Amino acid sequence: MSRQGLVALACLWIAGLAGLVSWGGQAAEIPLQDRQSGYQLMTPETRAMQDDDAANPGMLWVLDGEALWQRKDGRANLSCADCHGDARQSMKGVAARYPAVDPGLQKPVDLEQRIEMCRTEKQQAPPLRAEGKDLLALAAYVARQSKGMPIAVVEDDHTRPFISAGREIYERRQGQLNLSCANCHDDNSGKRLAGSPIPQAHPTGYPLYRLEWQTLGSLQRRLRNCLVGMRAEPYAPGAPEYAELELYLMWRARGMPMEAPGVRP
Amino acid sequence: MLALTMTAPALAMDPQPYAVVGDTIPLSLTGGRGDPAKGRSIVATRTQGLCLLCHSGPIPEERLQGTLAPNLAGAGSRSTEGQLRLRIVDASRVNPDTIMPPYYRTDGLERVSKSFAGKPILTAEEIEDVVAYLLTLREAP
Ligand code: HEC
Ligand code: HEC
Ligand code: HEC
Repeated sequence: MSRQGLVALACLWIAGLAGLVSWGGQAAEIPLQDRQSGYQLMTPETRAMQDDDAANPGMLWVLDGEALWQRKDGRANLSCADCHGDARQSMKGVAARYPAVDPGLQKPVDLEQRIEMCRTEKQQAPPLRAEGKDLLALAAYVARQSKGMPIAVVEDDHTRPFISAGREIYERRQGQLNLSCANCHDDNSGKRLAGSPIPQAHPTGYPLYRLEWQTLGSLQRRLRNCLVGMRAEPYAPGAPEYAELELYLMWRARGMPMEAPGVRP
Repeated sequence: MLALTMTAPALAMDPQPYAVVGDTIPLSLTGGRGDPAKGRSIVATRTQGLCLLCHSGPIPEERLQGTLAPNLAGAGSRSTEGQLRLRIVDASRVNPDTIMPPYYRTDGLERVSKSFAGKPILTAEEIEDVVAYLLTLREAP
């Protein structure tokens, strides 16, 4: 998988105001009732953009995805719809429980990876380009069918080891700046990094349209941005660490409503 | 001649040894005094000093400042030169849980990206410039 266009975009970490004052203290995990989506930190204009289908740029990808869903492809000459029927029925709630542990692979696969598996194994077509337009469009279309539904990743015997692995990565300091994800997203969320309010990092809206990217992007791309900001070596494209982090983040956001396709600054 | 040009950049990059006395590094890392004007520009530049990601400070032209850390105004009256030097070089020696990055330490870090691996965030000269600038900040916000 080659991820393109991701390079120096990084968390630009911009814009300004004042917060509260308590330095240092290591906070624990955010209590369930105190969780909030990054949506809550956005300006009214950006919220309105996400809320209005006519203004939400992510809807363009959803429409493309709807067309791709119907298109026959691969040596099997089958469309997604040939096997899955009407996505509004068959894909309802699916994105809300991804990443999911694949019984064959015995490891978590995220929504994009699951779609690629159907593409290569069921349609017998060449894989779509990671972070490319078509894969994002299909992911946005599938994820859209869960809009408003609660995130339903559960901790059980299958997911537990991978959730723990994701949490371990989340809490580990890394990079030249020696920061962990938790340092910012648990201990300092709501404060401003340069000018940007630090969200709690709930992956409710992916794939989402980021104004800074001027395009739709996956959760992996977002994680890569933060790793670059920490001056840590991003994991290789498709590396298991991403699915583990994504699984942990989705479990951490369990019960929160899905927003895809979201909009973020 | 060749050996000199080859080793000079490596010397500038590798952190040089320094002596910690109590909560200070009393001696300049370069043996000389820093330039406060250069230090101000390092602090103000988000991609170089990174300070304003977390801190605010008396740098009005930089509108986007952080709220994760104390205002730097008055830093020069709250700490001595040696305390400021240790704080920048390796803040974890002052507060083991700190989120402030270690600006002059390359060991004990994990998964540093290739472009920054083995390099301190700031050079010895830059740290002396920053210390010299912080010492001019006498007035609390
Ligand atoms: C030949 C039939 C077939 C085709 C074509 C196909 N799929 Fe699938 N898909 C399946 C089956 C069967 C499963 C259940 C898992 C399995 O057996 O691998 C599945 C599972 C999925 C899942 C996970 C559902 C869940 O509940 O976890 C998603 C998402 C998905 N497919 C999307 C797509 C998309 C998008 C396309 C078109 C690019 C597509 N599929 C094409 C047969 C197909
Ligand atoms: C130095 C602070 C910092 C660190 C460390 C950091 N992030 Fe972020 N992160 C941010 C900021 C700030 C944003 C908001 C976007 C922006 O303006 O860049 C963000 C955005 C996010 C989002 C998007 C949330 C949304 O609403 O869509 C996720 C998910 C995320 N980070 C996960 C992580 C993970 C996982 C790590 C560790 C690998 C990490 N971050 C490390 C500061 C940080
Ligand atoms: C990732 C966030 C972060 C960055 C970047 C950062 N600091 Fe700090 N700094 C802190 C925090 C938090 C404290 C409060 C004490 C503590 O928690 O260790 C602090 C404390 C300080 C102090 C002592 C408190 C005072 O003002 O008297 C000084 C001086 C200081 N920092 C200077 C700097 C300078 C100069 C830079 C840039 C070269 C910088 N910091 C970069 C987070 C940061």
